[in-house]
Amino acid sequence: MEMYQYTATELSSMLKKKECSAVEVTESVLKRVHAVENQVNAYVTVTEELALKKAEEVDQKRAAGEPLHDLAGIPIAIKDNICTKGVKTTCASRMLENFVPPYNATVIEKLDSCDYVPVGKVNMDEFAMGSSTETSYFKKTSNPNRLDCVPGGSSGGSGAAVSAGEAVLALGSDTGGSIRLPASYCGVVGLKPTYSSVSRYGLVAFASSLDQIGPLGRSVSDVAMLYSAICGHDPHDATSAMREYADFNASLQPDIKGKVIGLPKEYFGAGVSDTVKSKVMEAVKEMERQGAAVKEISLPSTDYALNAYYIISSAEASSNLARFDGVKYGYRAKDYRNLEELYEKTRSEGFGDEVKRRILLGTFVLSSGYYDAYYKRAKLLQKQIGEEFRQAFESCDVILTPTSPDTAFKLGENIGDPLKMYATDICTVTVNIAGLPALSIPCGKDETGLPVGLQLIGAKFSEQKLLNTALAYEQAVGGFNQIPEIK
Amino acid sequence: MEYEIVVGLEVHAELNTKSKIYCECHNAFGLEVNTQCCPICMGMPGTLPTLNEKVVEKAIKMGHALHCDINRICKQDRKNYFYPDLPKAYQISQFDIPLCEHGYVEVMVEGEVKKFGVTRIHIEEDAGKLLHGGESFDGSLVDFNRCGVPLIEIVSEPDFRSSADAKAYLEALKSILLYLDISDCKMQEGSIRCDVNVSVRPKGSDAFGTRVEMKNVNTFSGAVRAIDYEAARQIEVLENGGTITQETRRWDDARGVNELLRSKEDAQDYRYFPEPDLPTIVVSQEKVDELKESITELPNLKVIRYVTEFGLSQTDAETIIDSMEKSAWFEEVVAAKACNAKTAANWILGDISKFMNETGKSLSDTQLTPNKLAELISYIESGKISNAAAKQVFEVLLQENREPMDVIKEKGLMQISDEGALEKVVADVLAGNEKSVADYRNGKTNALGYLTGQCMKATKGQGNPQKLKELLLAALSGE
Repeated sequence: MEMYQYTATELSSMLKKKECSAVEVTESVLKRVHAVENQVNAYVTVTEELALKKAEEVDQKRAAGEPLHDLAGIPIAIKDNICTKGVKTTCASRMLENFVPPYNATVIEKLDSCDYVPVGKVNMDEFAMGSSTETSYFKKTSNPNRLDCVPGGSSGGSGAAVSAGEAVLALGSDTGGSIRLPASYCGVVGLKPTYSSVSRYGLVAFASSLDQIGPLGRSVSDVAMLYSAICGHDPHDATSAMREYADFNASLQPDIKGKVIGLPKEYFGAGVSDTVKSKVMEAVKEMERQGAAVKEISLPSTDYALNAYYIISSAEASSNLARFDGVKYGYRAKDYRNLEELYEKTRSEGFGDEVKRRILLGTFVLSSGYYDAYYKRAKLLQKQIGEEFRQAFESCDVILTPTSPDTAFKLGENIGDPLKMYATDICTVTVNIAGLPALSIPCGKDETGLPVGLQLIGAKFSEQKLLNTALAYEQAVGGFNQIPEIK
Repeated sequence: MEYEIVVGLEVHAELNTKSKIYCECHNAFGLEVNTQCCPICMGMPGTLPTLNEKVVEKAIKMGHALHCDINRICKQDRKNYFYPDLPKAYQISQFDIPLCEHGYVEVMVEGEVKKFGVTRIHIEEDAGKLLHGGESFDGSLVDFNRCGVPLIEIVSEPDFRSSADAKAYLEALKSILLYLDISDCKMQEGSIRCDVNVSVRPKGSDAFGTRVEMKNVNTFSGAVRAIDYEAARQIEVLENGGTITQETRRWDDARGVNELLRSKEDAQDYRYFPEPDLPTIVVSQEKVDELKESITELPNLKVIRYVTEFGLSQTDAETIIDSMEKSAWFEEVVAAKACNAKTAANWILGDISKFMNETGKSLSDTQLTPNKLAELISYIESGKISNAAAKQVFEVLLQENREPMDVIKEKGLMQISDEGALEKVVADVLAGNEKSVADYRNGKTNALGYLTGQCMKATKGQGNPQKLKELLLAALSGE
C-alpha cells in the first residue's frame, strides 16, 4: 500500500511511531498528484516546494523530540478561496487570477501552527458559486470515480483531491452544500460545521451569513481531527462563537445505540432518484441494526428553502463581490475612458456568467421597492426553517437525508440549465439557512460506480454527536477509505 | 410675499478614538498616504470587520448630551455604492435602527433660548480620499488612510428658521463634541462636515416646501452663506412663477454659489441590508446609565445659565465656556461668593485670558487658585486696592504661593479710602494749587484731572481715586 492511500489518522500514528517520515508521506502524495492530476485536474496551484520544505521541518522537529500535533506532516489541500499568505488565492476567477494575499486566513494560521503540509490550492466553482466546479475560470475537475462526471461543487477540487489520493485531507467551504455535495459525489466524508464555529477570517466571502469552512477526508476520524484543529473563537471574526470546543477526535467513539434518527419526508420526495433512495434507506436499516430508532418527521418549509437560499446568498454576494472593481487588486480591464467604463469592463471581463447571474439577482432583490418582497420575506422564511429544525431536534438526535437527490452528473450536462443545477442543492441549503452542522458520508455506489452520500444533520454545536453516529456506521460497513483506480 | 426658511442639517463628526472603527489601524490625520491602513480597512478579499467598542460609547455619550433615546440593541447595515475611495464598495453604517434617536438640543441664539429636534445619531465608517493628479502624476490615486475612521452622523429635524439658527446649532454641537472628548472638531482637517437641507415656504404656512440638499459645506460660516444663498435662490425661482425641484446641489464656497449635482431621478439606490459580518450591537443598561452619569453640565446649557443667572452677555458667556479651564475657574471664583460674577468674568476674559494667550500656559501650572483670585477681586470691589494694584498682586500670585493680603501689605498697595485722611490731602492740595483751582472755577474743567493727580501723588498713589475725585468736586463746588 502506498503512503498516499492511508488515512490521516493512520499516517499520524505511523509518523508518531516513526514508521514513516513526513517527507515520505509528502513525496508519495506529490507522486500521486503527478500521476493523476492530468485526468482529475483538482489543483489550481500545487505548492510542491513549500510542501517538501514543511515536511522536512516536521521531520526535523520530530527528530529533535518536539511535541507535535496529530496533523503534523499530513498533506492537506486548501480550497482556493481561503487566503494563503504568499500563495495565489484565485477563487477560480479571472478576477483574482494573480491575487497573492498578504495575510493568512485564520484557519491557515491554525493549520500552520499544527505543522500541516500544504500540497496546494484546489479548484472550485468561481467564487464558490456552483454545484459542479464547472464555473471555474481555469479548468474542469473530474470525479475520480468516473472521469466523465463532475466532482460536485463548489469545493469540487477538495472532494476530488481527497478522493483521488492527491491529498490526505482538504479544506472546503460550504455556503449551500459546497462541502457536502462534493463529498457525496466523490465518496468521501465532508463536514459543514455549525455557523460561527470556524473563523471566516480570510475566507473570500460569498454569502457571509451562510459561509463556513470545513474539512473533507476519507474517514470520520480524519474529519474530526481536522475540524478540531480549525474550530474555535477568533477575535478577527465578530460572528465567531465565544465558546470552548472539545477535542472531537479524542472524544470520538461509535455511538448510535438508542439514538433517534429523524427522516424528514420532504427530503425523500419525487425529485430523489430511486438508487439514492434505496442506498440511503439501506444505510438507515444498518443504523437500526446498530440500535438506532428511526422516526419519520416533517420539515414543511423545506419546499421554500431553495428560493430563500438563492435570495439571501445572492443578495450578500452582490455586496461582497462589489469590491472587485479593478481599482485595488485583481483583474483590471485594459482600455477604459473613465471610471464608469473601468468598472463596467473590469467586472464584465473579470467575472464568469454564473457569478454575474448571482450578482444581478442579488442586486435586484435588494433594490428599493423589491427588498420587502424578496429579501425580507426570505429572512422571515429563514427564521421559520430554523424554528422547524429546533422543534425537530426536541424529539430527534440527528436528522438523516440524502446529501443530493442523485449521484454525480456528467460534465457539461447541467451547465446550460441553472435551475437544474441549483436543484442539486435542495437537500443541503436548509442546513446553511439554519446555521446547523451536517456531515455527508458515503453509503454505497450506484450501478455505474458513482458514490451515493447521506447527510446527518444535527442541532447547533452537536458535531460530536454527528461524528459519533457516523463512526458507528463507518465501522459497521468496514470503513470509507477507498481510493478509485484512475487510468 | 414673505417667506420662511426651513433648514435641516446632517452633521458628520470624526471621532477621536485611538484606532479605527473596524480594525486596529491608527486613527490619525495628516500622515504619509497609505501608511495608516491594513488589509481590513482596504477591503481586501476575506477580511472581516470587528467593531471598536469605544465608538459605540462615544456615540451614546453624544446621544445622552442631545437627550436621545438610546437603542441599546441595534444593528449595522451596508450602504452599497461604487466609488474608488470606498474599497469594499459598501460603507458600513446604520439604516433603520440608529444607536440614538428622538433627541433635542437647547441653544441660545441671539439671546433667545431655542430648542432644536435631533432625529438620530448613528455610527459609520469614513471613506478614503482621492488625490487628483496634475503636475505630479497622471490620473487619480487613492489614499486609504481615512478609510474606517469612525464617524457619527447627527441628523436634525428641519427646525432651523434662519442661517443664524443653523450656525448656533452647529457651534453648540461642536462645543459639546469637544467637551465630551468625542471629536477634535478640526474643521480644516474635515473632522466635522455637514450636509444642509434647505426649503422655503410662505410665512405662516404649515406645509414644508420642496427641499434641496447641499453637499460640500465645510465650515460653519460656509453653512451660513450656503443657506442664505440657497434660500434666496429658491425664493427667486418661486417669485418668478417657477417651482423647486428636489435635487442635490454642490456648494462652491469660493465662488459663493451652488450648482446642480444630481436630480431626484438620479438618486442612488444604496440597497441597504443588515451587515452580516457584524453581530447585533447589545449595550447593557448599566453601561448606558454609566455613560449618562459621566456627562457633566454641557456648554450649551452653561451659556444659558451664565446669561440668565449671572447676567453675562451671550458672547462673554460663550467665550468663557469655549475653554473648559476658564469655565471651571469662573465657576469656582463665583462659588467662592466673595465677588460679583460679572467682575469675575471680566477678570477671566481680561487678565487671565491675556496670561494664557501670552504664555500658552494653563492656570494649573501657576500658584494661583480660584479662591485667591476671588479674594483679590473682592478687594477691588471693596475699594481696598486699585485695579492697577490688583494686577501687580496677580503677577505675584501667579509665581508664588502666598496670600493676596500679604502681598498687598508687603507692597504697600492698600488703598487709602478713609475720608478724614483724604479730606486733609484734598485741602492741602487745593491750598497749594491756587492757580488750578481758579482755572477750574473759570470753566477749565480739565484742571480737575491735574488736581486729582496731585492728590494721588500726595498719597503716593494709594489714595482711592474715586473718593478723591468726589471729595475734590465737593470741595471745589462748596466754596
